[in-house]
Amino acid sequence: MTVTKQAAVLDRQALQRSRVMGILFIVIGAAIYLLFATTSEPGQTATFGLNPGRQTAALPISDLVLPVLPSLYAMSLAAVVLGTWQLAKGFGRAEGAMLGLVALFLTIGFLAWAARGKGLNLVGILETTLQRATPIALAALSGLLCERSGIVNIAIEGMMLTAALVSALVGSISHSLWVGLIASLIASGLLGALLAVLSIRFKVNQVIAGTAINILAIGGTSFISAKFLSTFQELNSPGKFPNLPVPVLSKIPLLGPIFFETNIIVYMMLGLLVLIHVLLYYTPWGLRTRAIGERPRAADTLGVNVFAMRYLNVILGGMVAGLGGAFLVLGSVPRFDELMTAGKGFIGLAALIFGSYNPFGAFGASLIFGFTDTFQAKLQILRVPIPSQFMRMAPYLITMIVLAGVVGRAEPPAAEGQVYEKQ
Amino acid sequence: MSSVEGNRTNLPTNGKQRPASRRQPRHAGWGQGFLLPLLAIFTALVLGGLLILVTDLEVIAAFTRIPRQVADPFTNADTQISLEEALWHHPPEVSMGDLVEVDGTAKRVVAQVEDEQEQISLETARELYPQLGPGVTIHLNFLQKPAVGLRAAWQSVSRTYAALFEGAIGNPSRMAAVVRAWLQGDPSLLPQAFYPIMESLVVATPYILVGLAVALSFRAGLFNIGAEGQYFIGGLSCVFVGYSLKGLPIYIHLPLTLLAGVIGGGLWGAIPGLLKALTGAHEVINTIMMNYIAFALSDWLLNGPMQRPGGFTPVSPEIQPSAMLPSLFPSPIRFHAGFFLALACAAAVYWLLFKTTVGFELRSVGANPHAARYAGMSLTRNFVLAMFLSGGLAGLAAANEISGLTHYMPNAFSAGYGFDSIALALLGKSHPVGVVLASLLFGILRAGATRMQSVASIPIDIISILQATIIIFVAAPEIIRMIYRLPKGKKAGPAKASTAAEAAAEAAAEAGAESVE
Amino acid sequence: MVLRLGRMVGTTHPAETDEHALAALMVGHEVQLELDKEPAAPQDTVLDIHDLRVLDDRHGLAVDGLSLQVRAGEIVGVAGVQGNGQTELVETLTGLRAMNDGRVSIAGKDISHASPRQVTELGVAHVPEDRQRDGLVLDFPVADNLMLNTYYLPPNARGITLQDRVIRENAVRRVAEFDIRTPGIDAPVANLSGGNQQKVIVAREFSRPIKLLIASQPTRGLDVGSVEYIHKRILAARDAGTAILLVSSELDEIVALSDRIAVMYKGRLTGVVKPDEVTRQQLGLLMAGYTEDERASSPDER
Repeated sequence: MTVTKQAAVLDRQALQRSRVMGILFIVIGAAIYLLFATTSEPGQTATFGLNPGRQTAALPISDLVLPVLPSLYAMSLAAVVLGTWQLAKGFGRAEGAMLGLVALFLTIGFLAWAARGKGLNLVGILETTLQRATPIALAALSGLLCERSGIVNIAIEGMMLTAALVSALVGSISHSLWVGLIASLIASGLLGALLAVLSIRFKVNQVIAGTAINILAIGGTSFISAKFLSTFQELNSPGKFPNLPVPVLSKIPLLGPIFFETNIIVYMMLGLLVLIHVLLYYTPWGLRTRAIGERPRAADTLGVNVFAMRYLNVILGGMVAGLGGAFLVLGSVPRFDELMTAGKGFIGLAALIFGSYNPFGAFGASLIFGFTDTFQAKLQILRVPIPSQFMRMAPYLITMIVLAGVVGRAEPPAAEGQVYEKQ
Repeated sequence: MSSVEGNRTNLPTNGKQRPASRRQPRHAGWGQGFLLPLLAIFTALVLGGLLILVTDLEVIAAFTRIPRQVADPFTNADTQISLEEALWHHPPEVSMGDLVEVDGTAKRVVAQVEDEQEQISLETARELYPQLGPGVTIHLNFLQKPAVGLRAAWQSVSRTYAALFEGAIGNPSRMAAVVRAWLQGDPSLLPQAFYPIMESLVVATPYILVGLAVALSFRAGLFNIGAEGQYFIGGLSCVFVGYSLKGLPIYIHLPLTLLAGVIGGGLWGAIPGLLKALTGAHEVINTIMMNYIAFALSDWLLNGPMQRPGGFTPVSPEIQPSAMLPSLFPSPIRFHAGFFLALACAAAVYWLLFKTTVGFELRSVGANPHAARYAGMSLTRNFVLAMFLSGGLAGLAAANEISGLTHYMPNAFSAGYGFDSIALALLGKSHPVGVVLASLLFGILRAGATRMQSVASIPIDIISILQATIIIFVAAPEIIRMIYRLPKGKKAGPAKASTAAEAAAEAAAEAGAESVE
Repeated sequence: MVLRLGRMVGTTHPAETDEHALAALMVGHEVQLELDKEPAAPQDTVLDIHDLRVLDDRHGLAVDGLSLQVRAGEIVGVAGVQGNGQTELVETLTGLRAMNDGRVSIAGKDISHASPRQVTELGVAHVPEDRQRDGLVLDFPVADNLMLNTYYLPPNARGITLQDRVIRENAVRRVAEFDIRTPGIDAPVANLSGGNQQKVIVAREFSRPIKLLIASQPTRGLDVGSVEYIHKRILAARDAGTAILLVSSELDEIVALSDRIAVMYKGRLTGVVKPDEVTRQQLGLLMAGYTEDERASSPDER
């Protein structure tokens, strides 16, 4: 019997990847040293403010003062050690976690270096990170719902944009944030329905259908914006959801101001994360959804209505994307600007892949993207000598690196993108 | 959803290849091949018209608030004249109620002559509002005076599409008059009259090239959504060679400049192609990411190293005259030799795809990457080549524009070619001839839309809406068939790229097994 | 009721007929359901597999230390239930899958790192098991499919330019020679029946000088007439000196065609036997994993 031979087989591919990983750790360690440590002076400290600069219910704590050079040396050394260990013995399953740790070192090193001799408000940055991550996370969740049931949703961008417009427009007309929000969910749900109809009923290639919807959304929103919103400013001032502190939890220093003193849409996003995770993995609906994404024919013969479930999931996915779009207006800058999504729909898809097609992974990835987005604005203030346009490229570059499988190949659902034919 | 005809099965347009039942090819297919896209365009225009109507404020007003002056009796321009005008015609001793003679007709002097059309009789008005007296203005709605609403609607649409036509092709009567004048020895008015149609060709030129770019990628089974970014990078490289090399003769500098655009765009496109071949990463997302990176890069370059000295605007320096494509007609016509270059490229792409081994490989990989692999074709090589050529064409589009038209590169460079090109490739069925025809159409639409925006204040984004609608109709011909009750024939196949795109991902993963992960 | 070319050619009753008569009605002539086979006269070894190990897609071991030789002028049939590594074996031999360990040479040349094209150029022909996915581009015309792996060679091409006239002439010739029923050489191959599609593949592979033929499930899903045709062609190739590796889950086919039968189970060979020296039951046992020694010790069954 040959069953147990697998462990003894020389799997060259996996070995090669481990080696690359180890070298990567060492390179990062060297980078921390060469790029950051050599340009810092001894005695410099970086002050990380840990209290938000605004009114808060959180208990105040003292700022974190980091001695720059020693920290950089320590992290650089740690990264090199980890890299050597990886090359010699390998971390096996903990490989991914170690990569995360090394990436964390790089980030902290970068922050410390950027803030050397000065201070920066860490809580402020983290708060903004969550804000920036929210639409991306919602886009990722939308992608998750659709992809898990086997439909590629390229149109998230268009759905978000449309929802943003509708929330601004309807919110202004009705003078009610909630009415605007619900209207935007309906609008994006309709676009989801359109995608579903085109790809399921008319068997249009899902990427083409999604692209067409994107073009439609961009054209439509710009059209209405140019025709009405620019001349009638009162149609573009819906107001913003206020911050809602959670009673006890917002008192927690550091975590409180970030997670528990924000607006309702962020809470909804966090709630959706948990909800979708539970639904997808612990309920019959979730099981069926995953089944139709992996082996639709098997699910069909067991009585699962593949078509109905796909319709449902894509429409729900559209609504979740719409929530993200509504957040861009009602949860942050309370006005609609043409093309304001700026690719967030696609970055959400990348976050989904980065996060291995599950909710919490996608959320983690969104936080990373949100962080880079936040930081490129802060760079100017800190007078870091990197042009802001390069920081702007960061989320997109990271996406491409992730997709190239450096961080591990994620397996999409097997039946993704394929037309299901009933026989 | 059962088949209409007995034993024919509809081939799905995507998904894995399915066996077809044995059947004879239907000649109805040919006609439908042309009819469906035409109907798609027509239907899109109708829907566009509806959208214009629904968002036109005047039309909305004409349907909901129609002002009418309550008058009793009606004033009539034929038999009545206002006091003002009477005094103007005759010496100043005219008063209300007098009968005066104007141009042979007797007219009674009244306070004011209103347009009969704008009046409503006291009786009719009292039906709606019993307490009314004469001289007041009331507002009616659509149900009470449907003709007004419909007339306003018609005027809105016809004015808009007339503006579209004039902006795209020109005023036929004016053109005829000008040609007559030219034949009589006066050519001075020719440029103005023929400007619109020439402009359409100018606008169509980059469309031809980016349409070819995307069509080529579709043929190889790839979705190149990155035409926009490749356009930018091509523009940057072209303009750099154009303004920084001095003292070269035109027959060296010009080709070099254009070549720079091709190589820049080609490399930018090859990167996602390589990633796809080696790692299986989906090129849709990668090309979109490369777009945003290109925008950021261009932003930095044009605000920094490549900025035109002496100003603060993010534009590049002008290119040398030796790098410019000749303009063929006097100003204001902007038609330049680039149009013919684009047509030549279309011919070249045709030759490449259908008459060479290279093209055979590209098409095979696109149509069935599994069989292509089994036949010994290298998926990696073909993906990268297809994306390089595709990006190169997009880059050439930019080089064409810069070299022939603008002569420099501004930061606000593109007019949304990235997505438009997808519509073009689909409409042209990924065939060079179809792409050229579709590009001419889009050039006409866009040239006209500019005028439409200024004359009828319709935002130019309506073009995107039209394009999206056309894409949907072409990609799902069943909708058009349903609307117009056409019989099902051989399905005119839009890009069958999906099979290849997904299957290729798995195949590429296998093919790349020997390379580094 | 028997239909041929759209007309009814005869009716009969299951009890009144047998395989031969029925087949004859369907095809129009006497069909040889059993093959006339001359004894093999094998010569030099063409395919030499030594201790081959191949991983499958999930990094498990699909081929586990397999060794086999196929000589010119002989048919070696690989029998076994599908899923025991046959697919991976064939993919490795044709250059489509990397091998993990071991050595394979064809006509003396080591193909451990060869690409599919290099393997083809060594004179290897491959009839794939999934003809529609791997063997044909359904949307392309018959003429294009006939040159799918030779399009780049003269006289089909000069440099990178395709020579349309030559391609078309060759296509017309092959359609006639292999009796491919098609409306024309420009008809998309999707319009053809399964048997004719397979004939296109066979026509393509047999129209160039080949040293080794690897045929996977060559008659799967085909009608009786086509099966007969393909078997005849394979035998003819063997008699002309080609080495043939036949992989099939149809035991009848294997037994009828092969000069030697190699039985594969979980990536290894449980036995290599001659068809006339073994019973069906014994083959079955081999396919179920009992090796030759175990088989020998089990009681004889008829």
